[in-house]
Amino acid sequence: MIEIKEDRFLDYFRLDERFPHILCPGCGIGTIMATMVRAFIDLGIGQDELCVVSGIGCSSRVPGYLDCDTFHTLHGRALPAATGVKLAKPEMRVVVIGGDGDIMAIGGNHFIHTARRNLDITVIVVNNFTYGMTGGQYSPTTPTHEKATTAPYGNVERSFDICFIAKAAGAMFVARSTTFHVLHMKRMIELALTKKGFSVVEVISQCPTFYGRHQGIGDAVKMLEWLKGSSVDVKKVKDPWQVKDKFVIGVLHDQEEIPPYTELYQEVRNRAKG
Amino acid sequence: MRQLLSGNEACAIGAIRAGVRFFAGYPITPSTEIAEYLARELPKVGGTYIQMEDEIGSISCMNGATAAGLKAMTATSGPGFSLMQEGIGYSVMAELPCVIVNVMRGGPATGTPTRTSQADVMQARFGTHGDHPIVALCPWSVRECFDLTVAAVNISERLRLPVIVLMDEIVGHMREVVELPAEVRLWQPEKPKPPREEYFHYDDQNNYDARIASFGEGYRIHLTGLTHRKDGFPTDEPEIIKWNLDRLRKKIEDNRSWLWDLDYQDLGSETVIVCYGSAARSAMEAKYQFERKSGKRVGILRLRMIWPFPTERLIGLLRSARRVIVPEMNQGQLYREVERTVNLQVGVVSVQRYDGEMLTPEEIIQAL
Ligand SMILES: Cc1ncc(C[n+]2csc(CCOP(=O)(O)OP(=O)(O)O)c2C)c(N)n1
Ligand code: SF4
Repeated sequence: MIEIKEDRFLDYFRLDERFPHILCPGCGIGTIMATMVRAFIDLGIGQDELCVVSGIGCSSRVPGYLDCDTFHTLHGRALPAATGVKLAKPEMRVVVIGGDGDIMAIGGNHFIHTARRNLDITVIVVNNFTYGMTGGQYSPTTPTHEKATTAPYGNVERSFDICFIAKAAGAMFVARSTTFHVLHMKRMIELALTKKGFSVVEVISQCPTFYGRHQGIGDAVKMLEWLKGSSVDVKKVKDPWQVKDKFVIGVLHDQEEIPPYTELYQEVRNRAKG
Repeated sequence: MRQLLSGNEACAIGAIRAGVRFFAGYPITPSTEIAEYLARELPKVGGTYIQMEDEIGSISCMNGATAAGLKAMTATSGPGFSLMQEGIGYSVMAELPCVIVNVMRGGPATGTPTRTSQADVMQARFGTHGDHPIVALCPWSVRECFDLTVAAVNISERLRLPVIVLMDEIVGHMREVVELPAEVRLWQPEKPKPPREEYFHYDDQNNYDARIASFGEGYRIHLTGLTHRKDGFPTDEPEIIKWNLDRLRKKIEDNRSWLWDLDYQDLGSETVIVCYGSAARSAMEAKYQFERKSGKRVGILRLRMIWPFPTERLIGLLRSARRVIVPEMNQGQLYREVERTVNLQVGVVSVQRYDGEMLTPEEIIQAL
């Protein structure tokens, strides 16, 4: 006989007036939101100890639907805002969610510095290779030559590898997954949440409304098939940083923990009090 | 205890005495001593100093700390103040109390880092986008840097507003022997009591000083920079957009009685000098010298709170004046505000200096 455990999934959402949500049909952000909540539940992270912070963008709308303390800040400013929350209430779980534009373009400087400081925060970067909310302009992750509303002749810029930057800037834990690999994504988020210090999960997600259409990949289902076909597990490649034609998914960097900022600053307080 | 302090130090001491336990900032002349003092003293009282990567990060980080329940402050100067503007708008919209000190230098751009000016008066009022009022205080002495920082913390806590302390380089760097008060009066906000279902983060009752919850208190609040309903969730219903903006305006309007806080001397004289900050020091000296020489009396109206501009109060006070003089270290920013306050028969003279030097008493005497 199958034992059905009480499902607390819906408790984590503000169901009363916040739904239906504003995301397009077939958007990957809903999958990420749901997976994130499953990870919270399975790790036993309670709603009253959790603060979810975001900037501006479709991905950054996630906190509004979650029933916990939520902080929808300015475009690009989720990480410094989350830093303030964490410093004021170190006992809280602080999770940041945002888009590739929000976190890597306008918020890029904050990203590297929050990683460098090693705040005990988990960041989920929803990488859909485009600015969804403003209508499909190119972002720092849009591959070179691809077209976007603001790159009608093809993007001339080179694109960022989010995970590589995270590692280089000093993150303790870096992983990548996609919205096709839901269970894998959940595992990556859980590992990141369990890690003490700055942890990053890049989730490659479909934006059928803009990116899918511009690239001719097609609708949500086609995009999921594309994600499946373009991904390769980190265990199957020799050097994940050298793979250019596939999304390398899995844990890309997991280093020995060092004390996070809040702990080091507590030592500063002790020294100052002498 | 009498002690020799600079304006910047007095400001930092005032912040700690007023319960500020968080500072996020980025160094910039001539405000840096505030950060240096707090980096040393905050950890001793269990507080936190963090040096952010820039001023945009600083104001955002401060907003985060306030949302999580701490009294917080940042200090900067012109270029940093410009970078903070969007974040100041966020503090206004989400109603996050905090204090932003701007020790003014000249601009535009990097301008004159080590010289003085009072050129950010209008930026303090209209720097961020959108249509909302703001509170800005302007100390003229070391003691007042202390007092007005404490006042700024209290006003910001009570009305859930960012409050700006506008100092000029002279006031910030000047040293004076001061005796700081043994006790300071602090606004004591109460914590919310209702159960979560009955709690509204933006409630119009109690003159807008309703009890509020912070992150981590079990109320599961939602803060956003978007136009929101009284429960904090975004909306674009015209009626609620208007309610939201009315609320931001009215919480200052409806509290004018205790907010107006201006200082004046010798009113009723034919000539009145309306002044603020270090220019008021020169005005005071000009008044004494002029009265000694000419035997005529000169009135001084020194503003300690320049925003919201005390229009109604000034209309009454300046009624009997024949001439009004506004000395300031810019090209006449507050002058225009004064001009539209007094009636048409009264001449308003703008005395300006904007070469980075202090406005001298002689320059004001010439206008008298
Ligand atoms: C200072 C500022 N500049 C620009 C914008 C406009 N804007 C809103 S969302 C967005 C991009 C969002 O893209 P991304 O972060 O990738 O998230 P997505 O919508 O794709 O999930 C931009 C440019 C803004 N809100 N604020
Ligand atoms: S625009 Fe793209 S990213 Fe935004 S909700 Fe629609 S599909 Fe999702």
